[in-house]
Amino acid sequence: MTMRDAMARLVRDGESVVMEGFTHLIPFAAGHELIRQRRRDLTLIRLTPDLLFDQMIAAGCARKLIFSWAGNPGVGSLHAFRRAVEEGRPRPLELEEYSHFGLALRLQAGASNLPFLPTRNFDGSDLPGVNPRLQQVVCPYTGQKLWAVPALEPDVAILHAQRADEEGTTQAWGLTGVLKEAAFAARRVVVVVEEIVSAEVIRRDPNRTLLPGFRVDAVVEEPFGAHPSYVQGYYDRDNDFYQKWEEISRTEEGLQDYLEAWVYGVPSRQEYAARLQAVRARLRAASAPCEPVNYGY
Amino acid sequence: MVTAAARLLRDAEVVFVGIGVPNVAVNLARRTHCPNLVLIYESGAIGARPARLPISIGDPALVTGALGVCSMPEVFHYYLQRGLIDVGFLGGAQIDRFGNLNSTVIGDYAKPKIRLPGSGGACEIAVLARRVIVVIPHGRRAFPERVDFITSPGFLGGGEERARLGLPGGGPEAVITDLGILRFDPDTKEMILTSLHPGASLDQVRAQTGWELRVASPLGRTEPPSAGELRVLREELAASPSPASG
Repeated sequence: MTMRDAMARLVRDGESVVMEGFTHLIPFAAGHELIRQRRRDLTLIRLTPDLLFDQMIAAGCARKLIFSWAGNPGVGSLHAFRRAVEEGRPRPLELEEYSHFGLALRLQAGASNLPFLPTRNFDGSDLPGVNPRLQQVVCPYTGQKLWAVPALEPDVAILHAQRADEEGTTQAWGLTGVLKEAAFAARRVVVVVEEIVSAEVIRRDPNRTLLPGFRVDAVVEEPFGAHPSYVQGYYDRDNDFYQKWEEISRTEEGLQDYLEAWVYGVPSRQEYAARLQAVRARLRAASAPCEPVNYGY
Repeated sequence: MVTAAARLLRDAEVVFVGIGVPNVAVNLARRTHCPNLVLIYESGAIGARPARLPISIGDPALVTGALGVCSMPEVFHYYLQRGLIDVGFLGGAQIDRFGNLNSTVIGDYAKPKIRLPGSGGACEIAVLARRVIVVIPHGRRAFPERVDFITSPGFLGGGEERARLGLPGGGPEAVITDLGILRFDPDTKEMILTSLHPGASLDQVRAQTGWELRVASPLGRTEPPSAGELRVLREELAASPSPASG
């Protein structure tokens, strides 16, 4: 499916959308398409909102943010996020805030079809005081007091991965963060991959599978679709761009100029990648293969 | 700050690492007195040996050559909550006299003057790691008597409060700043200046601390970085992108 079709068919205004990948495998191509399609009133969910949600907030896509760490990773602040929270511009942003463990646990509860999951975290922190969804529970076996988080079941999960087959069976390697939890928690799942491979390639290496195709509603082949973030084995992070974002996003005007030039002004990720050929060549991953394993019996 | 933090690590410990100064400190320790240190990153890298200083917490360089990779729920459940993490490193915008850390907001939560990034994995590290080392530059605004928001609990109101609440981890062991090293009174849990870095004065530390700071007697002097430490820092760790928070 094309990215345009996938976003048009599977993401509607007002829905909750988890877009995962923990600073690695961030689905930027999908986010740019949602901005171009002027999706509105979304509840955006990510452990680390990153540049992706900074752009979507600035573009006016978001009504609410569910998150656990909102910075420019390794660089500094997210300025569009801060403007929305500190000044209500371009519109106020409702926040629902956790720690990484707390939000990962919410997705895990959703993926497991449980109403909540308990944790030994949060005692002594002020987070429960500002988030009434964090509640204390008593263990029925030991009487211990634990904190609980409720299940999170987003309408849509959008994930980036290295490869999938035509049916959507998806393989990812390197850091997978909460990709699996997000996919099983959501009602609909869109997977964006660097390449579509044959089912035989997948079946020869089943341990690497993140999701079976029957869990996936749409698979989109979009090489370089996670730029400027990294994809293990494919390309490195465009760290120059992450550092430049500090300057681009510091003013609303600078940020809108960026969106005009690189999101609204670009019809597709193919065109975006074509404009960045030199960058793409510079970021190509070094080779570090592993020994094949024997799946015979 | 970096060498003082690195020296608090003991060989073969299991360390939970973040990006920034802790990352440099831990990678320095691994290349000097702690060759068997096990580096765990919240992104899921277990036993990482990054060839470059990671540019973010999810850098694929953490995976290349690691002992293992797991999902984030696994890291938090099976390593951190299971009690397998000896040392966690934390930073923040503010720390108070009982070692509570704020990385959430300056001002009121509902109408913040400055919205900071938030907890990330800091809250669970503060609650669950056996011991915590805090790295934070000294400054009056960074060292208020009370933090605006407790993102990551230290000793809360001091004394036995943390123990009474039953937090599994031991709480902060030391605070490393650009001026000195501070530890915590075993009974009152109040921060005490125990060592001054070369070139720093007691007056300077007092001026940059927002409460009447207790000072150890005798007050120690931090050993300057050795030639070996400097060589590793300059030749092996310096070429990487500048590490900020994240």
